[in-house]
Amino acid sequence: MSLTKAERTVILSLWDKISAQADVIGTEALERLFASYPQTKTYFPHLDLRPGSAHLRVHGAKVVAALGDAVKSIDNIAGALAKLSELHAYILRVDPVNFKLLSHCLLVTVASHFPADFTADAHTAWDKFLSIVSCVLTEKYR
Amino acid sequence: MVHLTADEKAAVTALWGKVNVDEVGGEALGRLLVVYPWTQRFFDSFGDLSSPDAVMGNPKVKAHGKKVLNSFSDGLKNLDNLKGTFAKLSELHCDKLHVDPENFKLLGNVLVCVLARHFGKQFTPQAQGAFQKVVAGVANALAHKYH
Repeated sequence: MSLTKAERTVILSLWDKISAQADVIGTEALERLFASYPQTKTYFPHLDLRPGSAHLRVHGAKVVAALGDAVKSIDNIAGALAKLSELHAYILRVDPVNFKLLSHCLLVTVASHFPADFTADAHTAWDKFLSIVSCVLTEKYR
Repeated sequence: MVHLTADEKAAVTALWGKVNVDEVGGEALGRLLVVYPWTQRFFDSFGDLSSPDAVMGNPKVKAHGKKVLNSFSDGLKNLDNLKGTFAKLSELHCDKLHVDPENFKLLGNVLVCVLARHFGKQFTPQAQGAFQKVVAGVANALAHKYH
C-alpha cells in the first residue's frame, strides 16, 4: 500500500491544521481510545489516564509528534519511524490489533475538530496513512 | 446483548434524536465505499462509483444508505434484543447477500466518524464509547445467524 500524490497533498494540508492543535488532538484521541476500548489501558499501568491528567497530555503530544515525523518524511515513513518501530517490537510489544483502534480514534478526533476538512478524500487518505504507520510500527514484531 | 449504563443510554438517545437519519445514512454508506473501495463489490448495480464525488452524489447510494440507517435506528429502539431484532436481516446477509460480517464492523466505524463530523464537541469520548458498544452489538447481531 502506498500513497498517491493526491493523497499526500490532502494529508499535508490537513496536517497543517492538526499540528496547530497537536496536543489537544493527541490527548483527545487517547481519551477516546480508553473510553471506547478500556482494554487498551492495560498498556499504561504506570500512567494516570484520567481525562485531563498531565500524563495523558504528555503522551498524547508524543503520539502526534511521531505522526508529524511521519508526515514530514511521507516518502519514507519506515525510515522516519525506524526507532519507534524497534521500540514497539522489542520493548513495548503492543498487540497489533490496538493500532487499528488508536487509528480509528485519531480519525474520530480529527472528524470532530475539522468537519469541513474531513472530506471523503481526506478520510480515505488519513485512514491509509495511519494504516501505513501502523504497519511500520509492527513490522519488526517477528 | 449490549450493556449500556444509564448515562450511555441517555447519551445515545439524546444524540440520535438529532440525527438526520436519511442524510447520515447516505454519507456513511458513501464513505464506506470510498474509504474501503473493496466494499463496492456488493454494489455492481449501483452505477457510477468511479470517484469519491460520484459515490457521494450517487442517488442509489443515498437511497440505500437511508434504508440501512433506518434499520439501524430500529436496533436502537431494541438494545435489549438486538439478536432478535436483526435475526431475519442476518439470514438475508448470509444466505442471499453473502456479505462478510467484517463489513458490518467497517460500516459501524465509518458511522462513528460521520457522527463525530456532524456533532463535533458534542460527540464526547463518552458518547463515542456508548456508540462503539451499539455498533459492535449491531454488527454481532447481524452476524449471529451466519452458518
